[in-house]
Amino acid sequence: MDKNSNQYTILFAIAMVIVVAVALSFAATSLQPMQAENVRQEKMQDILSTFIGDSIVLDGKKVELDRAVASKVYKEYVSEQLTLDHEGNQLDDVDAFQVNLARELKKPVDEQVFPLYVANFEGETYYVVPLRGKGLWDAIWGYVALKEDINTIKGVTFDHKGETAGLGAEITTDWFQERFTNEEVFNDEGELVGVIVEKGYSANKKGDNRVNSISGATITGDGVTDMMQERLSRYLPYFKTKKNSKLATR
Amino acid sequence: MKETNEIKSEKKYSDEEKKKEMILFLSSSEEKEGLLSKANRKLLSDPLNDNNPITVQVLGICSALAITVQLKPAIVMSLAVMFVMALSNVIISILRNSIPSRIRIIVQLVVVAAMVILVDQILKAYAYDVSKQLSIFIGLIITNCIIMGRLEAFALGNGVYKSFLDGIGNAAGYGLILIVVAFFRELFGSGKLFGVPVIPEAFYEGGYVDNGFFLLSPMALIVVGIVIWVQRSRNRSLIEEN
Repeated sequence: MDKNSNQYTILFAIAMVIVVAVALSFAATSLQPMQAENVRQEKMQDILSTFIGDSIVLDGKKVELDRAVASKVYKEYVSEQLTLDHEGNQLDDVDAFQVNLARELKKPVDEQVFPLYVANFEGETYYVVPLRGKGLWDAIWGYVALKEDINTIKGVTFDHKGETAGLGAEITTDWFQERFTNEEVFNDEGELVGVIVEKGYSANKKGDNRVNSISGATITGDGVTDMMQERLSRYLPYFKTKKNSKLATR
Repeated sequence: MKETNEIKSEKKYSDEEKKKEMILFLSSSEEKEGLLSKANRKLLSDPLNDNNPITVQVLGICSALAITVQLKPAIVMSLAVMFVMALSNVIISILRNSIPSRIRIIVQLVVVAAMVILVDQILKAYAYDVSKQLSIFIGLIITNCIIMGRLEAFALGNGVYKSFLDGIGNAAGYGLILIVVAFFRELFGSGKLFGVPVIPEAFYEGGYVDNGFFLLSPMALIVVGIVIWVQRSRNRSLIEEN
């Protein structure tokens, strides 16, 4: 057949599209379960690492809390997974772990649901709140674990989609996340202020609702501030019902 | 890591020695077109220096700016590009006699895009951490001009094995520059290499400050420029007459 004829060209194009489409959809569907499992395990790892840290003692040995380990011990430490509505009522028919925050954030606040993980680790109770907000370029998200007083932070994890490597992307590093440990989310007047990521704040004082930002990543830092403030404020109705919370004792 | 070894060996031998070595190698392997005959070796080594895709052909600059802030992603990106480039070169070379020339660019684009999506999916399933590291950059491989350039300029007119070598060679040349640029940017920009701090604490106490400018794209362009300058002063054959 003449290679330059219209007929050949069209046939070639059709054949190519079919072959590529079949190959790619086969690859996508056959790899999908493994990809979903990776995402699920990573979520467990993120939640656990806010109050456990990077390593955990398993069968008397200290092991890194990687995805495989996290999925194994998740059930052991996370005792309750709650889904709340905007008034703090528990919804029984929604699985908190399956809630997609990116989708929830697009809805009006009174239609959103708010997942909350209650964990027990080494005799302490922790409330792990999932976070999601905007960085400089794209979404940022993470988890914050509050201690039983629902004020002091036990630990945080942050992640991002497309922040600048070396600048905004540094929010995923341990040294930045450690700044939040033992920081408080309510100010002395009992107002929820979250933790403010402040440019040039060098006083390393705990409990003043402020941490130092990453130089060159001011907008990503502001994103973290806003995300923490906005997300935590949605849980206030629920937190008020908790007798140990700083709010209830006031 | 392969690339860094190659820098070392390149520095060790002067051009004279290289020529001698080449002649020796030639006489021993000319008789039959071996797997690593002179011509085939040239396909691998040329893009590292004389015909480097970034510094000589000035292709693929866009991604060289985007992912050279740190060494690790630069290396992973180089490997991913190598995989995509070698495979799509091979596929296009196999199909070269049946591709209608009027739609050849579209065919090339489809092949590259399919490869990239495949790499992305496989990484997400089997190397999730690497895939997270690279995030959007994997998708950016599609837009890497080097790949299309090699498909159009080489794979369409050459055999499968030669095209494979050409893909590996050009990806290595690209990776080499990426790693050199990333080395300087990570070192001066954040005082680290592979995420490990290398500049002693005493320097910082003495007033040394990391240069944040190195983390921004313009500095990558300047570093690439300096690499071109250094390369040309060492390799006079690259200098244009005018």
